[in-house]
Amino acid sequence: MGRFILRRVGVMLLTALCLTFIVFFLTNLYPNLEKMAKTEGNMRMSDAEVESYLNNNGYLQPVLVKYGQWLGVLPGYVIEGTDGKVRAKCAASDVPIEEAPAFCGVLQGNWGYSNRLKKDVDEVIGEKLALTGMLMFWVMLLMVPSALILGVLAGMREGSKLDRTLSTFSIGTTATPEYVSGVLFIAVFASSAVGLKWFKGTATSAMDNITFENFFLPVLTIAVYGMGYIARMTRASMAEVMTSQYIRTARLKGVSFPNIVMKHALRNALIAPFTVIMLQFPWLLNGVVIVETLFNYKGFGWALVLAAGNNDIELLLGISVVSVVVVLVTQLISDIGYVYLNPRISVS
Amino acid sequence: MSKLQAHDGPILEIDNLSISFFTRLREIPAVMDFSVSVQPGEAVGLVGESGCGKSTVALGVMQDLGVNGRVVGGTIRFKGRDLSQMSAEELRDIRGNEIAMIYQEPMASLNPAMKIGKQLIEVPMIHEGIGEKEAWQRALDVVRDVKLPDPERILKSFPHQLSGGQQQRIVIAMALMSKPSLLILDEPTTALDVTVEAAVVELVKDLGKKYGTSMLFISHNLGLVLETCDRICVMYSGEAVETGSIRDVFDKMRHPYTQALFRSIPLPGANKNARPLVAIPGNFPLPHERPQGCNFGPRCDYFEEGRCNRAEGIPMEPVLGNERHASRCLRFEEIDWNAPIKASVTTEAPEKGEVVLKIDNLKKYYEVAANALFGKGGDTKVVKANETLSFEARESETLAIVGESGCGKSTFAKVLMGLETATDGQILLDNRNIEGTRIEKRDTKTVADVQMVFQNPFDTLNPSMTVGRQITRALEVFGVGKNDAERRAELMRLLDLVKLPREFADRMPRQLSGGQKQRVGIARAFAGGARIVVADEPVSALDVSVQAAVTDLLMEIQREKKTTLLFISHDLSIVRYLSDRVMVMYLGHVVELGTTEQVFAPPYHPYTEALLSAVPIADTSVEKKHIVLEGDVPSAMNPPSGCPFQTRCRWKSQVPAGLCEIEVPPMRTLDDGHQLKCHLAEVKLAEMEPVIKVAAE
Repeated sequence: MGRFILRRVGVMLLTALCLTFIVFFLTNLYPNLEKMAKTEGNMRMSDAEVESYLNNNGYLQPVLVKYGQWLGVLPGYVIEGTDGKVRAKCAASDVPIEEAPAFCGVLQGNWGYSNRLKKDVDEVIGEKLALTGMLMFWVMLLMVPSALILGVLAGMREGSKLDRTLSTFSIGTTATPEYVSGVLFIAVFASSAVGLKWFKGTATSAMDNITFENFFLPVLTIAVYGMGYIARMTRASMAEVMTSQYIRTARLKGVSFPNIVMKHALRNALIAPFTVIMLQFPWLLNGVVIVETLFNYKGFGWALVLAAGNNDIELLLGISVVSVVVVLVTQLISDIGYVYLNPRISVS
Repeated sequence: MSKLQAHDGPILEIDNLSISFFTRLREIPAVMDFSVSVQPGEAVGLVGESGCGKSTVALGVMQDLGVNGRVVGGTIRFKGRDLSQMSAEELRDIRGNEIAMIYQEPMASLNPAMKIGKQLIEVPMIHEGIGEKEAWQRALDVVRDVKLPDPERILKSFPHQLSGGQQQRIVIAMALMSKPSLLILDEPTTALDVTVEAAVVELVKDLGKKYGTSMLFISHNLGLVLETCDRICVMYSGEAVETGSIRDVFDKMRHPYTQALFRSIPLPGANKNARPLVAIPGNFPLPHERPQGCNFGPRCDYFEEGRCNRAEGIPMEPVLGNERHASRCLRFEEIDWNAPIKASVTTEAPEKGEVVLKIDNLKKYYEVAANALFGKGGDTKVVKANETLSFEARESETLAIVGESGCGKSTFAKVLMGLETATDGQILLDNRNIEGTRIEKRDTKTVADVQMVFQNPFDTLNPSMTVGRQITRALEVFGVGKNDAERRAELMRLLDLVKLPREFADRMPRQLSGGQKQRVGIARAFAGGARIVVADEPVSALDVSVQAAVTDLLMEIQREKKTTLLFISHDLSIVRYLSDRVMVMYLGHVVELGTTEQVFAPPYHPYTEALLSAVPIADTSVEKKHIVLEGDVPSAMNPPSGCPFQTRCRWKSQVPAGLCEIEVPPMRTLDDGHQLKCHLAEVKLAEMEPVIKVAAE
């Protein structure tokens, strides 16, 4: 087991390395840099001015060197600029250049500086991840149990009226994108259009203080969309298990129907949806963009859009590292959980 | 524990039962006018081909016909009470408690995510309301009764940790947990190896006696029914056609279908040249295409126009003079049942030609990682799938390769075909080495020369391509014919060869029956004029009546084309019927090799002896010596030291100084090329008695 996890962590690191390099390479293409220089300096910079700005700030070094510096395996640049000022990557504003450390990359805990938000990247990511994590937590808490219940109820008697009703419902919810259901929910529950006004149509206040009133609608919007999908998977898995021979064996042993479902079918039926549920985490992390925008909740997805739109290289890199880690960690959990659910698979 | 009142008289009484399945299109009658009764302590066999409705009867008794199935007529009485009148709760009380069922595939019928013990103790806990401790104690006793070693460990393991034979014993144990009065066995041994099958059958027989349980034994194997049952009921296309005691039905059958069935299975004495099998002509009717009058009419030798296809149904009539013997035939009193088989065509045994295939010291080892799923690197184990195989095969000879699953017979076929390459030794095809050439690298001629007929015709045809297209494709690959017209002509010739109507060229595989699909498989194998055909259990997936026809076809093509046939099988009856020489394999070793007569007569290798004794023979005049092998075939990953068979051999004590455990015996040649891999002394070998004796009539 230990070896298995170790190997998976190794694969994870390698993937993160490759992926960040791709992002790094793309964001460091010259047109992107030029655009960034102009936003940082001024829009009317001449080509020569752009060139010298980029050079002074170390952007014109070879990509691999820059990547190494970002990672923290190569010493940060110290460049004497065209204006005679010496700039170093690792120098903070209040520390003289001579005393700055040689290395300052991700490995040293220095994630860089977000040009757009004027903050350190690790600070931004920490803050946004916490906000989206909160959202994800409540979404999962609402979505997973209700999806499993829906799926199991629908799948235990395939083709029954209950199955038809629940299946129609879950297909309906999956087929409705968040920007439709979200708008609909706001109109019905939070606006004067219908007049219910039970909840708030914006979740901005939830960033400081979560209440049922300001947080339920965004959670519901995401949960409803994801729920249908998991419910469909669970239903298919459950329906298949219910027609299997060992369920017939149990039935002909005289086991009552509720017990057949609970004791004999459930564990077998949960094996397949488990992977799907785990796949929902990475989806949630970035897929919440729409809902976050809709409810004005400035989380991870919002930061991603911001970084991508403004070519905020270091923020974008930070976000991709976090995404890769989340994807791979959830997959690792899903593999390990699979082993516990399915006794036929063993790791050792 | 019975919750019903005490009852004398039959345990189970099925009276004029009719069961139909309802689809959107039509009602499909699955069982019609079916009657049978099971007395206390009696075992009744239900025999018939697939689709005849025997499993439907069993599910009808269990009242578990699914959403589409319904009893449309007649009654099923269990201990005098009509099961169809019972409430769901009463039925639950009876299921598992009064009536228990044993299923065809043990692996599928055990819950994979639940420990064995939990699945077992559930039964008495539901029905008798006893505590977990007491139930656990009971489970231990029953597991001991089904002769499983180390019950504690078994109860704590998951189903996948047991072998097939052990799983089936667990299913039997589960059925016996509440001491039911009726046991329904639905093909309980079809998924098992012959020697394991023999042990399970013996166990069921003993336990039936011990617990006084009545049994309804469903099988397609007449031999098994002979060994286990007191009475038999033969079914054809949804109807019982003949019922009676085993002796009456086996020796004095009174229905043409029963007779035809017995003539189509290879019994001792049948021979491909002198006394060939008689296949039943035609096909099994589909449920919604049953003929008028007698269902068997169109395939019957004794069919009489205007009488056998009359409008009203044909009733079951008692056969006078025999006890509880009845037949559903209008003419059974007129037919001369002792008339000899008339249609049998005898042929001359063909001359054996030159050696075309020579295997010399062939070895195939696999390396497998010790921890299979996530581990790579670390320990690897060597599986010796084939160990020093040496033999020759001649033109127009049939060489049978016999052995149970895991003995390496399929591995050998793969190496010969070029799907794997040999680890050591040689395969000589016309004196050319082919053991190291993979099939992609073989020239067209070699590929066309060595072809294969597969076990399961249902999976080996591409479902989205017409039959003609699939055979034509083979012709293209083998470079037969210059253009499409020529290949079309060749395709027609091939269809004629395998006796399929020419229209079948444009049919899809799903429109064909199992036997017809297998004929297509044979046509494909012979498309490039194959000289060596490896037939891997070609008939084991087919019904009895079709088996004979397909076997005969193979023999006929062989006679015509002088093909060398390597016939891989575990069914010794069919091997005896059609092969010239037999090679017996066990755990990768060839343990015996000789002509059919030599292998089927003493001296035997101890394994051959056990194998012969395990094969059920549907003939009441045959006396068999009873040898039951203990345990399962050892894993090839971890073979025993010395002789591979020593762990289960009953002759081991006759070899001095524990030689069997130390040394792999050498291949010895007895008289006339009969080879044997055994340490037993000549004297001991000479003492062996024949396993199968046909009593004088």
